[in-house]
This record gives sequence, C-alpha cells and structure tokens, in this order.
Amino acid sequence: MEGQLAHIGAGLAGLGTGLAALGVGNVAANFLAGALRNPSAAASQTATLFIGIAFAEALGIFSFLVALLLMFAV
Amino acid sequence: MATEATQGAEMAGHGAEHAAETGGLVFHPMDQFIVKPLFGDGAVGMFTITNVTLWMAIAILVIVALMVLGTSRRAVVPSRSQSVAELAYGFIHKMVEDVTGKEGLVYFPYIMTLFMFIVVANFLGLIPMSFTTTSHFAVTVVLALCVFLGVTILGFVKNGPSFLSMFWVTSAPLALRPVLAIIEIISYFVRPVSHSIRLAGNVMAGHAVIKVFAGFAGLAIISPLSIVAITAIYGLEVMVAFVQAYVFTILTCVYLKDALHPHH
Repeated sequence: MEGQLAHIGAGLAGLGTGLAALGVGNVAANFLAGALRNPSAAASQTATLFIGIAFAEALGIFSFLVALLLMFAV
Repeated sequence: MATEATQGAEMAGHGAEHAAETGGLVFHPMDQFIVKPLFGDGAVGMFTITNVTLWMAIAILVIVALMVLGTSRRAVVPSRSQSVAELAYGFIHKMVEDVTGKEGLVYFPYIMTLFMFIVVANFLGLIPMSFTTTSHFAVTVVLALCVFLGVTILGFVKNGPSFLSMFWVTSAPLALRPVLAIIEIISYFVRPVSHSIRLAGNVMAGHAVIKVFAGFAGLAIISPLSIVAITAIYGLEVMVAFVQAYVFTILTCVYLKDALHPHH
C-alpha cells in the first residue's frame, strides 16, 4: 500500500515538471516577442535568455528529483 | 560512490522484477547508470576503478587530444580539429568577458576547463553503450561545490567583510531589507544545489527517456514509431548536452561576477 502511495506521489511530483515547461515556454515566448520587435538587440541577450530558462527549469528538475526519490529511494 | 552503487543495485533488482512481471521489458531504464567495477565483481570502494573512472579518463584524453594536438600545428588555415578548438576557446573567452568583465578573465582557464569537461562528458555519454559520468549527482555536486566554495572565498578575499552587503539590498525600503536578506541568503545557499541538480537531472532524464522508448521497441506494433521517437529524442539530447554545459558555465560566470562586484 505504502509503495503504491509513493507511486501516486511520484506521479503528482511529475506534474511539477509540466509546470516548469510552462515557465520555460513563457521565458522563450517573451524573448521571441521582444526579439522580433528589435532583432538587432536580440543576439546580445541570448545569454540572459539561457540564464532565465535555467532558473525556470531548476524547480521543474527539483520536482523530477522528488519523483525519482519516491520511485527508487522511498 | 558506494551508496550510489547500492542504489544502482536496487534499481537493477527493481528492473529484473519488472521484467519478470511484464515479460516484455528486459532492461530497466535506470540500469545504464549503475556504477560497476571495471575489474572483478567486488564492492565499489573509494579507490575502485569503475566505469565512471574509465569514461572520465576518456573525456580527459579527448579534451587533451582536441586542445593540444588540434592546435599544435598552428596553421593559418585551420584544420577541422583546430577550428573546433579555436571556436570553443573563443566562445568561452567571449562569454567570460561579456558576463564578468575584463577582470574576470583571470579565471578564464578554470571556466574553460569546466566547460570542456562537461560538454565532452555529455557528448561521450551519447555514444551507445557508453557511460554518462555527468548523469551522477556525485560528479556534478563536486563540480558545483568547487564553484560555490571558490566563488565565496574569492568574494571575501576581494571585498573583505563588505562582500556580505550583497545580502543587504540597499535599493529596497528599510522595512523590507531584513526579509529580503533572509531570502537572498537562502537563494545563495541553494545555488550549488540547483547548479548541480540541473545538469545531472537533465542528462539523466534524457537518457532514461531514450531507454524507455527503447523498451517500447520490443512490441512489434509500435516499434517503428518507437524507433522514430528514439531518433528524435537523441537529436534533442545532442542539443541538451551542449545547452546544459553552456548553462553550467554561464551560471559559473554569473556567480563569479557576483563575487567580484557584489554591489550590483
């Protein structure tokens, strides 16, 4: 029973990765919207784009980690 | 490493159980991350030569071959290996200069080493039957902790106690500053955690997904679809391998900039 509950918890933690995908998409979409308005400034901001994506993605990776822990370690 | 090996063994047991239940899946997606000794079947100790050791050594050899042998001819018209080495050098040099400024260039060799190790380890892990060293938290946590400790010590050496003013946001209203200071301190200490888990998590997740689709290839009806999916995800993984090395490196540059100029 406990193992099954852990699997349900892992599935719920998996939702977090999907939400992180929303965040990453939001960052990229806003970057693209800005870049199309001013293409000449876009190239200099790709580093900022990747930093933003990395921060948005980190929390999704945390929930993925929680899912993994529930699957294999608990 | 020892605990990881036992974890891996547990995962393997899990996989065998699973295979017995379904009969179709003969391997577990996490089996590829098991740390095994290269010689014999003994337990994995502190100094055991394992597949991780082997693939790290191969990564070092590849980097040395690329950077030393590739550029040794110093041709005006570069060969293929020389232009790859020059591109990598110029790319990281520009990144360090853009993010940290001229005074950050003193630390360029360390950041270049980090980038080359991670990117080569990631790409070597994409070779079928190879072992991905960067998929293990033990490896990436050491890389991230070195950056974290180095940057913290550097901040105190360069700025003295005024380095702590990084946590005291003077642009905020006075009443909010203690709250912000707590948040800033927490976010400072979460840095090595997210720094390491991002790299290992991304690489491990991608490789596990490839293996999951490889498991589906055993079913005759969906095997063509699964093979197409493996190819597509493999292409995505090639990109992820580079982007994650880039992100790790650029975050190192950002942390370094915070240590050199804590006031903005």
